[in-house]
Amino acid sequence: MKPLNSVIAACPPSGIRRFFDIAAEMDDVISLGVGEPDFVTPWRIREAGIYGLEHGYTTYTSNAGLPRLRELICAELSARYGANYSPADECLITTGVSEGLDLALRVLLNPGDEVIVPEPCYVAYEPCIAFAGGVPVRVPTRWEEDFAVDPTVVTAAITSRTKAVLIGSPANPTGAVQPRSALQGLVRLATEHDLYLISDEIYDRLTYTGGHTCLGTLPGARERTVLLGGFSKAYAMTGWRVGWICAPAAVAELCVRVHQYTMLCAPHVSQLAAVEALSGPGHDVDAMIADYDRRRRVFVKGLREIGLDCPEPGGAFYAFPSIRSSGLDSESFAEQLLRAENVAVVPGNVFGPSGEGHVRCSYATALPLLEEALVRIDRFLRSIRHTP
Amino acid sequence: MREILELLERDARLSHDTIATMTGRPVAEVSAAIAAWEASGAIRRYKAVVDWDSVEEELASETVTAFIDVSLAPARGVGFDDVAARIARFDEVRSVYLVSGSHDLRCTVTGRSIRAVSDFVSQKLSTLDRVHSTATHFVLKTYKRDGDAFAEPDPDHRLPVTP
Repeated sequence: MKPLNSVIAACPPSGIRRFFDIAAEMDDVISLGVGEPDFVTPWRIREAGIYGLEHGYTTYTSNAGLPRLRELICAELSARYGANYSPADECLITTGVSEGLDLALRVLLNPGDEVIVPEPCYVAYEPCIAFAGGVPVRVPTRWEEDFAVDPTVVTAAITSRTKAVLIGSPANPTGAVQPRSALQGLVRLATEHDLYLISDEIYDRLTYTGGHTCLGTLPGARERTVLLGGFSKAYAMTGWRVGWICAPAAVAELCVRVHQYTMLCAPHVSQLAAVEALSGPGHDVDAMIADYDRRRRVFVKGLREIGLDCPEPGGAFYAFPSIRSSGLDSESFAEQLLRAENVAVVPGNVFGPSGEGHVRCSYATALPLLEEALVRIDRFLRSIRHTP
Repeated sequence: MREILELLERDARLSHDTIATMTGRPVAEVSAAIAAWEASGAIRRYKAVVDWDSVEEELASETVTAFIDVSLAPARGVGFDDVAARIARFDEVRSVYLVSGSHDLRCTVTGRSIRAVSDFVSQKLSTLDRVHSTATHFVLKTYKRDGDAFAEPDPDHRLPVTP
């Protein structure tokens, strides 16, 4: 047989997958390995989807998505962050940020173009760059600096082939929120070197220690920024697969061009549910966000009390504690913890080399389970300290 | 501070320590606020929400609940307040509301049997001065009460490890 696509064949499977396989075979697992809310989509939003099905909204929509939904998204971005995007030609609805990221990369990159990726970062960033014909270039961020992007480190990675910088804030897996100054530094670099910025803002609503900075609103950023957002996290809508891209018209137009041939449109029912998400009363979403914050406080305090250094996660729903004091590497720690105490966490190194020495713990889990998980992790730490 | 009350309303067994961590306040401040609310009567008491339909048969006591709509003649100076207070004093009466619509008061009454509730309505409630008429609606099944849905919660459909 002729060889399959060499880029895809060379891409290693996600390191998360292995832990899924182990955890799936065990009973009584407390999983802190889940990257999605434990809440179910608020009923008013589910009901809007059901209404759509009952009334036969089972067709395609326009490629760019329902005009009403695009209007609501642009109005929301304007009201919340002061961002100005035109619903008509600067906004399109995607099947989640995952598709949005793929579209953005395909539209921006020519073969061999380099994309700078501060890591640790979401597991899909590097493979998606490679699939789009680009070359991912990692730059490290350090937990001692709360994973803030250092513009001088980024500058050192810029070459004549550099095309874009891809950043997620608030971040999966670290929970870090990039300080405004770091983002301004990136915009300055991008302007100097004529780079695009791809900003994954799926966790924008989940910030706890300060507001969210929408990258497209920083001076000089708008013309070179592709903004990715979605409904999965804040509205607990992961399975609906609905997100959006906001970008300058020239970029958005080409995104629609790829989208119309590969996806055609985001699911109609999901778009109707998303309309309700944005147009209905938002107290249910506010209540979920307040709950994440309370769990965050309890869980991070608990991690520190059992002896794990944990940088303050300002956003998303992840804590990224250092497990260096255990003497184990991330993979061994996660695997031994799972086998000994039935607690699933994700080893930090799957998110990039700077994640080594950490594990990702999702606190999108009911408080009693988080408290039980802390008891079990504590017991595990004691057991390995007593075994020479 | 409102957040503390909302948290207790959802789970009265949260420790002051946990509430302090959740809200980012000192424990002493949380304890003092709760003590003050308890003293002032803003927090009336703490109780469990029991779904009696789910209790083992030998423990469950036969309880019948009915909503009683009551029409009243108002009195000068007090409106409906004095009659409402009289009705509220009965142990059988679990709640009393003044409502708009075709009746004046809506009461919740519980008893050991349909007979017991009927007797209460015919002997005690409808014989009160200024009570014109009553309409009794027996509860057949409780689906949700005070924000608590009495149905099996859906299982967690999430995969154990996801990106």
